[in-house]
Amino acid sequence: MTNQIEQIQVTTTVNGEKVTALVEPRTNLVDFLRNQMELTGTHVGCEHGVCGACTVRIDGEIVRGCLMLAIQADGLEVVTIEGSDDSGEIADLQKAFHERNALQCGFCTPGMLMAITEMLEKNPDPSRQEIREYLSGNYCRCTGYEAIVDAIETVANTRKGA
Amino acid sequence: MKPSAFNYAKPSSVDEVLGLLSEYGDEATILAGGQSLMPTLNMRLSAPALVIDINGLSDLSGISVDGENLRVDGENLRIGALTRHTEIENSPGIAEHAPLISMAMPYIAHPAIRNRGTFGGSIAMADPAAELPACLCALDGEVEVTGKSGARKVAAKDFFKDLYETDMAEGEILTAVEIPKLGAGYRSAFDELARRHGDYAMAGVAAHAKVDGGKISDLRLVFFAVGSTPVTAKKAMNAMEGQSVDDASIAAAQNALEQDLSPFGDLHSSAALKMHYAKELTKRVLTTLSGG
Repeated sequence: MTNQIEQIQVTTTVNGEKVTALVEPRTNLVDFLRNQMELTGTHVGCEHGVCGACTVRIDGEIVRGCLMLAIQADGLEVVTIEGSDDSGEIADLQKAFHERNALQCGFCTPGMLMAITEMLEKNPDPSRQEIREYLSGNYCRCTGYEAIVDAIETVANTRKGA
Repeated sequence: MKPSAFNYAKPSSVDEVLGLLSEYGDEATILAGGQSLMPTLNMRLSAPALVIDINGLSDLSGISVDGENLRVDGENLRIGALTRHTEIENSPGIAEHAPLISMAMPYIAHPAIRNRGTFGGSIAMADPAAELPACLCALDGEVEVTGKSGARKVAAKDFFKDLYETDMAEGEILTAVEIPKLGAGYRSAFDELARRHGDYAMAGVAAHAKVDGGKISDLRLVFFAVGSTPVTAKKAMNAMEGQSVDDASIAAAQNALEQDLSPFGDLHSSAALKMHYAKELTKRVLTTLSGG
């Protein structure tokens, strides 16, 4: 069947800003964010939901940007790493990642930070095992994860004390 | 890769979905949570003419009771097909009435996947390595399937036909799942082995039994990732009937398992290794069922 494919209008909130755009139905959310919104902090890795590099938040919950169509974000609120960065809510995490060398090439880092943000909201005092389980869906090919777990533990402890 | 071009429809009623399905036939595909569909679209393993997004069907998300997306309906729990894994994972009602489902939830992929993936989608997909089809079989659940002539219910044991094949006919959609509430004296246990937490299981088992004075009866042992469908290990179940869990009964159940299962090897584990895993899992879940 070779139908004419029409673009569909999507109205969504991206990092607090209301956005209306025309998208092809097949456009993945992550490609929409990168190519149409020019928010390239969210990365495209495996494109089948395994690596976690495209993690964003939809209505507060982390999702795979490659496993959702852009049109499905219609009426929903999207937060990307740029939004989390601007709000300052992850400044302590970013600092801890830097200090503990919890990133090298940085490709996985935005997705990691999005997933960690949700984890610490749900469980402010995770064990190292719980951290590893929560991040099992985010690949890092540089660090071996140890430094990432260390950085998260540091932030969790600091936030608890604060 | 990127998906090939398709048209998109977001109907607001089951009737509309059924109309589109009959119009487009196998040129249409249903998008629920999308966590299995989207990878196949991205990799162009499937290239439908029309994607029918059913996320607008609020009546498929079950009836909300106490802010929960489930309904305690007489003796059965009713879970709407679109109920997402995370909601079920966090549901006190599910934990109380179907603890096996709660136990299985953390094993299903990763949090970001569970935030989108749906209960009905997992059942309809019938992936042989998926947790929920095995749980549904262990709990004697039922699947509600809706087509042009109305809704019908299929027992879980009759629903999973073959690899990714179910009793659903073309033009039907899965609308809900029903699970009997936990009976008095019954307990559940769940375990699986995977290379990395959240990965597809190399072998797994859902167990459910009545435990009275340390004796096991009415045991269900349903394995996944060891065959093309969930596999109910009837001989091992029979071997445990009326038995206490000890080294001798565990060994008898493990031996019986060799007649129940004929696993196929895959990329990560040979058939012999899968059998070894299944025996080890049997020991673990039986020990869990009997303990405390």
